[in-house]
Amino acid sequence: MAIKVEHELHKRRLDRNIGVGLLLIGFVVIVLILTVVKVQGLGDIREMERFDHVARPALEQAAGTSQEEGTQ
Amino acid sequence: MTDVTQQTGTYEARMGDYFALMKPRVMQLVVFTALVGLLVAPVPVHPFIGFVGILCIAVGAGASGALNMWWDADIDAVMKRTQSRPIPSGRVQPGEALGIGLALSGFSVILLALATNLLAAGLLAFTIFFYAVIYSMWLKRSTPQNIVIGGAAGAFPPMVGWAVATGGIAPESVLMFALIFMWTPPHFWALALFVKSDYGNADVPMLTETHGRRVTRNHILGYTIALVPVALGIAFTSIGGPVYLAVALLLNGWFLKGAVDIWRRDDADSEADQHAVEKRVFKISLYYLFGHFGALLVEAVLRTNGLGGW
Repeated sequence: MAIKVEHELHKRRLDRNIGVGLLLIGFVVIVLILTVVKVQGLGDIREMERFDHVARPALEQAAGTSQEEGTQ
Repeated sequence: MTDVTQQTGTYEARMGDYFALMKPRVMQLVVFTALVGLLVAPVPVHPFIGFVGILCIAVGAGASGALNMWWDADIDAVMKRTQSRPIPSGRVQPGEALGIGLALSGFSVILLALATNLLAAGLLAFTIFFYAVIYSMWLKRSTPQNIVIGGAAGAFPPMVGWAVATGGIAPESVLMFALIFMWTPPHFWALALFVKSDYGNADVPMLTETHGRRVTRNHILGYTIALVPVALGIAFTSIGGPVYLAVALLLNGWFLKGAVDIWRRDDADSEADQHAVEKRVFKISLYYLFGHFGALLVEAVLRTNGLGGW
């Protein structure tokens, strides 16, 4: 007797694979929307640049301007 | 041999079997109380961040449920009530439950830290640790006060919800914790009085078995009396108000009367009417918790509309 092509085991595996797939898609969507919400919540987008250690002229310029404003 | 299941030797779980590991019914209570904790907090949260916060708390609670099922698989196999759980019934392997529990614990705590703040994530991590290690691995099999101290694990969610919104701990969030903490023993022991359990066969020291049902009835009354000032006290904090106070007075009177009724009975009375009073008090205890947290939610809605509060 040949092995059945569609065994109940295959249904369970399909059920699980679809479940894991949907969870992964859900996770990606959550991280995407969370990123958008977090970035929008920053207000000044230049805040983002402070997370790395590369020289950022825009930031230095902004700091210089605020210092000048402070001395006046 | 033509059967694939026979060839592999083990059952392959469906998605629903893994979901059952996460104790979805317990998760409902966790989600509700955490949501109230978040919504009554004085700091508004972006709806999506709030959603992710609640999702993380729910997943964290589910993860601790999976770890509990992994650890308790031996006693679950002995007791009738738990024999159909995924591990004792053979639908999920113990190693899978451990893996899922650990992975989801890490996932939920890290995502909560990234989405909200470190305090909320730390509280969630502690809640998972408390339920899986302090309660499941230590207290449950060693003391009849297991559910008293272990009840703290179920009491943390509103504190975590509050921390998601405010990034801190406040008297209000501690009182919400205390409300669930004090409510758990009478709720659970009322159930223990009418459910025919076989904890004795599994060597789990439940109060009804170690100290008898008379002592359990005394404990229910004692804890219910101690619960009343906590529940009423919340009415006079920033999250309370007249609506909450009215609901709390009603529910506490009802629950207290039920506890007195249980205390005045003995097992002969209980057997005679098939535990009617114990069943009624257990039901009241459910209304009690949902009623209090529902009233807090109503107060929060009223406050946002310029009403509510004192």
